[in-house]
Amino acid sequence: MLDQTEGYTTEDGRKIGGVVMEMKNITLRFGGVEAIKDISFDIREGEIRAIIGPNGAGKSSMLNVISGFYVPQEGQVFYKGSPRPQMKPYQVAQQGIARTFQNIALFEGMSVLDNVMTGRLTKMKTGLWAQSLWFGKAEQEETENREFAEKIIDFLEIQAIRKTPVARLPYGLKKRVELARALAAEPSLLLLDEPMAGMNVEEKEDMSRFILDVNDEFGTTIALIEHDMGVVMDLSDRVVVMDYGKKIGDGTPDEVRNNQDVIDAYLGVSHD
Amino acid sequence: MPEQLAFTIEVFLNGLMAGVLYALVALGFVLIYKASGIFNFAQGVMALFAAMTLYGIMNGQVPFAHLINAIFGTDIHYFGWNIPAFAAILLTIGVMVLLAWMVQRFIFRYLVGQEPIILFMATIGLAYFLEGVGDLMWGSDIKTLDVGLPQGINIAIDETTYGWFGYGFFIDNLDIVASVVAIILVAALVMFAQYTKQGRAMRAVADDHQAALSVGVSLNFIWILVWSLAGFVALVAGIMWGAKSGVQFSLSLIALKALPVLMLGGFTSIPGAIIGGLIIGVGEKLFEFLIGAPYLGGATENWFAYMLALLFLVFRPQGLFGEKIIERV
Repeated sequence: MLDQTEGYTTEDGRKIGGVVMEMKNITLRFGGVEAIKDISFDIREGEIRAIIGPNGAGKSSMLNVISGFYVPQEGQVFYKGSPRPQMKPYQVAQQGIARTFQNIALFEGMSVLDNVMTGRLTKMKTGLWAQSLWFGKAEQEETENREFAEKIIDFLEIQAIRKTPVARLPYGLKKRVELARALAAEPSLLLLDEPMAGMNVEEKEDMSRFILDVNDEFGTTIALIEHDMGVVMDLSDRVVVMDYGKKIGDGTPDEVRNNQDVIDAYLGVSHD
Repeated sequence: MPEQLAFTIEVFLNGLMAGVLYALVALGFVLIYKASGIFNFAQGVMALFAAMTLYGIMNGQVPFAHLINAIFGTDIHYFGWNIPAFAAILLTIGVMVLLAWMVQRFIFRYLVGQEPIILFMATIGLAYFLEGVGDLMWGSDIKTLDVGLPQGINIAIDETTYGWFGYGFFIDNLDIVASVVAIILVAALVMFAQYTKQGRAMRAVADDHQAALSVGVSLNFIWILVWSLAGFVALVAGIMWGAKSGVQFSLSLIALKALPVLMLGGFTSIPGAIIGGLIIGVGEKLFEFLIGAPYLGGATENWFAYMLALLFLVFRPQGLFGEKIIERV
């Protein structure tokens, strides 16, 4: 296990802290297919960590392991220094790991504000009876959480569509609402599954800016998956590269860019 | 023809009252269907079971008395006490919550992600099981449930309308109470869903399971919650129908009337269930009065609702308020 206090300073001078999450020798199989083969890496506090790789490399599977949607056959997940027992996805979320989905999983029938408020569910502690009868802390809690949700909405510049049902929004905005919902949970670790998939250049630039701002403003630790190399290299502090379920590279964007295995995986190599 | 008009208005009002009860049963279906995609065939039997349990608790019946007597050779039937209606209702709510937990724990936990038809079959099994358990627990004789609701003709309405039309309306007090209770119940449910944390989680689960998990909502908890709410709605429906026509097996058949109501209102809409219930209630009474009895030889109430549902299936399959069925190619 890595030293918790050990950290590093990024090129732009941000201090990166200790290990928040560590994946140790993770292997995930679906029947006979090994989606992830013996992969280890860590995610440190305050950093933007990317997992990249060609299609089918096992990136999304890895994210699903972190968020508890898949259970690996082998290996151990360490969260905040201690081994994490097997958990349901909702328990992982309650522990402070928020995520977005590649294909957007929003509550289509609800307004943007309601969607963001669902992100606050883990923060609301009053029980069923207090909530039903609206006594005790229920009202105060609703107000406080509403304020926080509004703050996130302002931050991501979606005030204008606060009351709009999500189903009516265009794709790019939906992605942003999903980010808002995840952020509303004040996560210790934010997982973004292809945040820029299917976006045009302008939307990609917006999203990149938001990801950087989130990290800067809230100090949120972010792990993201992306296959657009250019975007990833600009955004992230450290990069894990996967190919066919194996880890073929891990390091700063520059290190990864010059890694021969990575170049082969992306550009193809002749086998002779 | 002021008399004819007065008759029609009376029939209309009585239809509304009957519709409220249809709506109550339909509401139980919608709650479960929205949150879990399960069409709960057992909703009617749940109403029956709730009413039987309430009667049993109020009158101090010993549960499973016949079974106990048969095994141990004893002869006990009653504890010998009577519990006030209010306390008995609270206890029955407890029983319905326990039932919700058991249904989730022992049946649907193992069927997560199965085909809708399999879930549906499971609820048919549940319906028969619950009916049997209900009989075994409380006996199968017809009971008159009296929780102290006012019954009989409402004199005030009778006299007022007599002054207006020269003909007094017959409106049952029980129907008025039922309508008021139903309105309060629906308002409470809507407020619960809109303004509480658990209500928000419930709507989240109804919308998207995966997304709900990702914001930390336990599907299991929400499913127990909606089955409990459906059990509560079933209890209210059971009390009303039980007071009106006795607690007996036919109570579970009113669930079938909820089917056309749902086809009209849409399976996923709470307002739809209510409006659908009212339309069916009013529709079948008016149709019987204006067309059925004079021209078709009567007894149209039995099939009118289904005819209407059939028309809806042809022309508007998603119902009045249901989510639109859009197929993208």
